[in-house]
Amino acid sequence: MDFFHVIVVLLESTIRVSVPLIFAALAGLFTERAGIFDIGLEGKMLGAAFAAGAVAAITQSVWLGLLAGVLISVCLSLVHGYASITQRGNQIVSGVAINFIVAGSTVILGEAWFRQGGRTPALAEGARFQTITFPFADTIREIPFIGPIYADLLSGHFILTYLAFAMVPISWWILYRTRFGLRLRAVGENPGAVDTAGISVIWMRYRAVICCGILCGFAGAYLSLAMTAGFVKGMTAGKGYIALAALIFAKWRPFNIMLACLLFGFLDAFAIRLQGNPLPLIGQVPVQLMQALPYILTVILLAGFIGKAIPPKAGGVPYVKER
Amino acid sequence: MDSIAIELRGIDKSFGPVHANKNINLKVRKGTIHGVIGENGAGKSTLMSILYGFYQADSGEIHVDGKQVTIRDPNAAIAAGIGMVHQHFMLVENFTVLENIMLGAEESQILNKGIAKAREELKRLEREYALEVNPDAIIEELPVGLQQRVEILKALYRRADILILDEPTGVLTPAEADHLFRVLEQLKSQGKTIILITHKLREIMAITDEVSVMRRGEMVATRKTAETSVEELAELMVGRRVLLRVEKGAANPGDVKLSVKGLTVKDGRGVTMVDNVSFDLRAGEIVGIAGVAGNGQSELLEAISGIRRAVSGDVQLNGQPVNVTGHVDPKDLRDRGLAHVPEDRHHVGLVLKFEECENAILGYHHDKRYLNGVFLNVDAIRKDAEQRIAEYDIRPPNARLKTANFSGGNQQKIVLAREMERGPDVLIIGQPTRGVDVGAIEFIHKRIIEMRDQGKAVLLVSVELDEIRALSDRILVMFAGRVVGERDPDATEGELGLLMAGVEGRKEAAE
Repeated sequence: MDFFHVIVVLLESTIRVSVPLIFAALAGLFTERAGIFDIGLEGKMLGAAFAAGAVAAITQSVWLGLLAGVLISVCLSLVHGYASITQRGNQIVSGVAINFIVAGSTVILGEAWFRQGGRTPALAEGARFQTITFPFADTIREIPFIGPIYADLLSGHFILTYLAFAMVPISWWILYRTRFGLRLRAVGENPGAVDTAGISVIWMRYRAVICCGILCGFAGAYLSLAMTAGFVKGMTAGKGYIALAALIFAKWRPFNIMLACLLFGFLDAFAIRLQGNPLPLIGQVPVQLMQALPYILTVILLAGFIGKAIPPKAGGVPYVKER
Repeated sequence: MDSIAIELRGIDKSFGPVHANKNINLKVRKGTIHGVIGENGAGKSTLMSILYGFYQADSGEIHVDGKQVTIRDPNAAIAAGIGMVHQHFMLVENFTVLENIMLGAEESQILNKGIAKAREELKRLEREYALEVNPDAIIEELPVGLQQRVEILKALYRRADILILDEPTGVLTPAEADHLFRVLEQLKSQGKTIILITHKLREIMAITDEVSVMRRGEMVATRKTAETSVEELAELMVGRRVLLRVEKGAANPGDVKLSVKGLTVKDGRGVTMVDNVSFDLRAGEIVGIAGVAGNGQSELLEAISGIRRAVSGDVQLNGQPVNVTGHVDPKDLRDRGLAHVPEDRHHVGLVLKFEECENAILGYHHDKRYLNGVFLNVDAIRKDAEQRIAEYDIRPPNARLKTANFSGGNQQKIVLAREMERGPDVLIIGQPTRGVDVGAIEFIHKRIIEMRDQGKAVLLVSVELDEIRALSDRILVMFAGRVVGERDPDATEGELGLLMAGVEGRKEAAE
């Protein structure tokens, strides 16, 4: 029973750390499927986390905080969009620039406004997300197996957690079952086909970038309003890059993204759980190795050992009408 | 039948300093097939792009069915009943046929509703025009001919009455091209108007009712096809008399210069692209490799010239083995007398952002002539380039001009000059006249024959069957990676066409 308990705890924290990954990777899915590579997921998430934490601390409203996070993230997305769609700039450079600007400015603004070393003030209960407990969780917990799964694994998460998992089928439905999704995927494969069909390539790509901003906003707000009570400098700690790795690992498909994020989240949770404890048979495993695993797995995938990851054909290429 | 479907009045368009269309007037009658011919860069594609709303004319009027229309974007063109089949298909390769046809004409926000309707409409079009295609097939898995059919269906699905086809036969086998022409006749008989843009005179003669000729951005003539001739059209296109067929004497083959035995090449995905190919190339002969694009010719060239590693096989250059299955240094091959004019001059043959004189020494920059110790001897390079420019009539004659600013024909001459002038024993040429205008084609063909007459061995790969037949002393036909037959240059086009389509070859290989 003890082992079972460990597993439940491990999976519970897997879900907790996977949520921002899922949001961010789905955000990347929308832009990259439209042909805009986005290495700035990290920066957008961080900017959103800061804006959410700051606004929630000032207004004491979690919803205003969430809104602020999403707004900032969308604005940053539009900057990336302007640079890479309208100005046809290099998408990697633009993304990296956003990451740097956000990493620096959140600390400066945080210090200027709150004087807490780049943090935002710790949020009171009303100003952050509360976990949702399913009905009868406490009664059912006593039932072996099903009880803990219901009470600890399914119940007791934040509303954003449920939203993140709901976004997986929703994203799939949008991409594969709506006109918007058809055009979005087409614009990432052959923008010429979209243009000649009488659809604006630029407007399609901007819409995709805005979708990305909204989802990154959720990811950031989750970090500062749900997972912790306030913003801490650099709190994304590379989650944007892991999400990018998950996106590639998942071959740009929504359900694969969920699985990849859960896998990477599990590795993270496992690493934390393992700290100091040797593994049976293998012995002590350095935490750094566990933390590097998502990247290592992605590199192995890219090298062609686990099937083939084919990126959207027009990805990273600004659209210019042929002359 | 005399009503006018499309009338262009005084269309004018410039791109910066380039005057692409000068005061163009054109009338296309309803229910006819109207050809527009001209050399590359004559402004045909620009004109059609204006008609399809891709570009805006600087001035001029477009009338459709007698009414003046403003075509600001492709949507407006579609609304006016104009459809276009582009030279490079505007298809999303990993989408299904149905998804491609629906794209931009989905009818509702949620796809499901439109899909059933689109499927039905597609069936109706198939019945009406005998254009069958599986709606659930993925585009990239379809042969090129069917992909083009999807492009036509796309236009018909949008209820186009006027269909513009831009160089539609460039990627087709002769049989597929014939089939396309039958489809066009069928469309015409149903009252559709067709504008056919091409640089192939034979097609114009075969299928059009009327033909308009463009030269250097101007519309120089319109003729009834029945009342004109290939010679007249060629002269109108170029502005002077041209030899359509190069003169050449009998070949005088000597020793084997390049011997290829059992060469097999796979592409990155592990698909066999060249399958056990063997042939000999002798001094003083031109061996042409015919075939529809994508049947392994490119990979064959790449393997022989040391760009792509072969899986197995034995290649000898001047009697010395070439390590084609291992690492080959193209520089080493060059030193041993092999010159290579690559198929894709933009990506392999030239650095477009370099000056002409810099491109003129690419790959030969180790030559002592061009060096001053470790530095480049810029004076010597420019002097050499200027001499070459004069010999090959490269225009404009400016060695310092950025290569991107030369026309396709002149860019090709830069590459040819570089590779031919070193007097190689073996010259490998891929697509010598792709994107090259008629005047320059004549020049290039003459040079290739001169090389042969000087006793060089020439291996020629081209998807233009006419070119292969005009230049080659022997023709090898490739299909699906194999050499499926060898013919004399006087073999009929039909015979070669069957080989290229893999019909005859199977029998021959079985015997």
